[in-house]
Amino acid sequence: MTHSDCSLLGCAVEDDQWLSMEDYEGAVARWCPGCGDHAVLTAVERLLEAEQLATEKTVVVSGIGCSSRFPHYLNTYGFHGLHGRALPVATGVNLRRPDLHVFVLMGDGDCCSIGAGHWVHATRYNTDMVALMLDNGVYGLTKNQTSPTSPEGYPSNTAPRGAVLHPMNPISATLGVTNASFVAQTGDWIPDHLYETIAAGFRHKGFAFIRILQRCPQYTTPLFEQAVRDPDLVELMVHPDGIPIDGLEQIYKNHVPHDPSNLNNGQRLAEFDSKIRLGLYYRNESIPCYDELRRQPPHTAEEKIQMMNEELDRYAV
Amino acid sequence: MFALGVICWIYSRDLERVREVIGLQFKKKSKEVYENNVALMELGYKWAGENVDFKIDIPATKTDRAMVVMNGNQAIGFGAVASGMELCAMYPITPATSASHHLSEMFERFGGIVHQAEDEIAAVGVAVGSSYAGKVAFTITSGPGMALKTEFLGLAVMTETPLVVVDVQRGGPSTGLPTKIEQGDLLSSIFGQPGDAPHVVMAPATMEECFLCMTTARRIAETFRCVVIVLSDANLATGVQPFPRPDVKSEWVAAPFDLTQVPEGALPYDWDTQLGLSKRIIPGQPGGMHIVTGLSHDERSKIGYSPDVHQRGCQMRARKMAVFQQTLKKPQLHGDDSGDLLVVGWGSTWGAIEEAVDRLREEGLSVSSLHLRVLSPLEPGLKDIFSKFRKVMTIEINYSDDPNDPFITHENRRLGQLCWLLRAQTLVDVDCWTRVPGEPLRPRQIAHAIRDHMPAREKK
Repeated sequence: MTHSDCSLLGCAVEDDQWLSMEDYEGAVARWCPGCGDHAVLTAVERLLEAEQLATEKTVVVSGIGCSSRFPHYLNTYGFHGLHGRALPVATGVNLRRPDLHVFVLMGDGDCCSIGAGHWVHATRYNTDMVALMLDNGVYGLTKNQTSPTSPEGYPSNTAPRGAVLHPMNPISATLGVTNASFVAQTGDWIPDHLYETIAAGFRHKGFAFIRILQRCPQYTTPLFEQAVRDPDLVELMVHPDGIPIDGLEQIYKNHVPHDPSNLNNGQRLAEFDSKIRLGLYYRNESIPCYDELRRQPPHTAEEKIQMMNEELDRYAV
Repeated sequence: MFALGVICWIYSRDLERVREVIGLQFKKKSKEVYENNVALMELGYKWAGENVDFKIDIPATKTDRAMVVMNGNQAIGFGAVASGMELCAMYPITPATSASHHLSEMFERFGGIVHQAEDEIAAVGVAVGSSYAGKVAFTITSGPGMALKTEFLGLAVMTETPLVVVDVQRGGPSTGLPTKIEQGDLLSSIFGQPGDAPHVVMAPATMEECFLCMTTARRIAETFRCVVIVLSDANLATGVQPFPRPDVKSEWVAAPFDLTQVPEGALPYDWDTQLGLSKRIIPGQPGGMHIVTGLSHDERSKIGYSPDVHQRGCQMRARKMAVFQQTLKKPQLHGDDSGDLLVVGWGSTWGAIEEAVDRLREEGLSVSSLHLRVLSPLEPGLKDIFSKFRKVMTIEINYSDDPNDPFITHENRRLGQLCWLLRAQTLVDVDCWTRVPGEPLRPRQIAHAIRDHMPAREKK
């Protein structure tokens, strides 16, 4: 069954029909060949298939940027909104519709620059959603401007003599926010790690923040080029409670033991950036979700009218 | 309570009724609280009987209708609940906050929530997201917040996501007069978004209308898949007025949202090309999967690359507003439907303008007034109404140049905001008298201004 068949037939035909990865595909992705976004799209499609999420119950919210074209390439509901503002929209969806699975797609400019305020507060609200921050260290869609995560010295059209500031550390920043409940880092060049990390984020109840390191083939190709070729430049955070990935620890031989419940150690590892460190920095399942804290039982129109009349009694003269 | 007792004696109020009202006010408190308050009130009444040597007798107006009394912000809160909206996202800003305070206190009991967002942009973003996912949501703010929400308003228009925005206006620009009244956001509310972003702007004139406009706004937003901006102001927000108790109707309350299978072939923007209207599909509806986007798009919500796509989308979004305008009634005049001068107002100045007009009519002046509730699109028949008067002017609480001020000419004079709008839309040479004192205009001031603006009588 192709995706177009699926959208026509929906789920009313046979609820127990198995959906394949193709059923989750939307329009043909128009990113540059070699763009890391393709890998993330594949990983998300794999996840949708593995979890057999109903296409109509899945909402992908994005901002503006290359990566924010993401929802167009999936056969789910999607909201391609404003630059930097994906998180408030996703929060709005989440607050009234606990039955929907919400994914948020942002770029580094989207999340860490124009939408930085929302990033901090979405972390604090800890509403149940998966937030993927596709970090290629550059503004690609608008053609090569410096982003908050551009490496120091990186020459762009807005900083032709090289970025003057040290790049910001999104992991460290997120870990520093009260109520951070799931913070992980992965890379576009290790498909299994990418997939397992997103899957762990999906299974987490709360706000799962995942930074995905990736290269922009047009502008920041050298960013992780060496790490892609040389596994020794990567360090995996390993722990039984982390995100175990079969066979990966044999390829990536640098390991650092880290218990993801240990926030202080997570912060220390995030600060100490001699190596490209991948894995789960922090997870805490016990932090309450704002959407649950605020949820109220619904009332029928009749109940509301009766309550309204009681309320109006207080203002009667 | 002691003072209340004193006042009750002076104005000869019925104590049994006062006890009843105290009982309602402290309904949730213990019996002891009620009894202490009543005792204090009675003590004040008794003290006044022994020590105050005057009484003022104002007989209560006889009414066969039950009345309620509240301020405009409370009325907006009540209206929001009565409309069946269930999410208000806001960020604290004067003078809008008391509406959110009132809502925060009661909304949850009705199954709704007041979400205090991290900023004004996030507040409207959460409301848009919530509306997109189901029931119409609203945000409440004041001028500076409106400025920040602009981009999201454009997105809501483009994606045809229903949204209600309440702007409790204050003095501007910038921080301006945070606690004081001004009617300064009319033009920015209508035209403040980039590109052409047609939507509805309405302004209640009384506390009762503050209540009613919320249910109306929700229904318009839903029916026309559009943004409705409600312009209240600091005067309505804090002023207290009695009005007939609303008879809350079930049809005011939003229906539960529809999660049924989308019919085969249904499109996210299935525009009726005559009306510009289309049926909304929300997440959770099987078979309706699509991507809404702020990019210009076609009926399938696909980003348009051919030259006619944007023209057509703009046309459809504009057309439904024209259709909405056709559903409006021609506004009612106060006074004769022809004469020397017609005064046009909007918002909270209604009572003061009509009082001034009544006084002047008693003096024999040929003046009438017209009060507009829907400002965009404008109510129908205005040009026709204006043609029966020798002169038309607006009276507003916003800034305009005095024509006699230095350097001011016909070409550079800044006008009242409704005045700009009426001139542009009717090509009538509408004049204006406006002031920005940060306080409500008084009937005497208005009468004086009207006298000054009466057109010269032609000698017969």
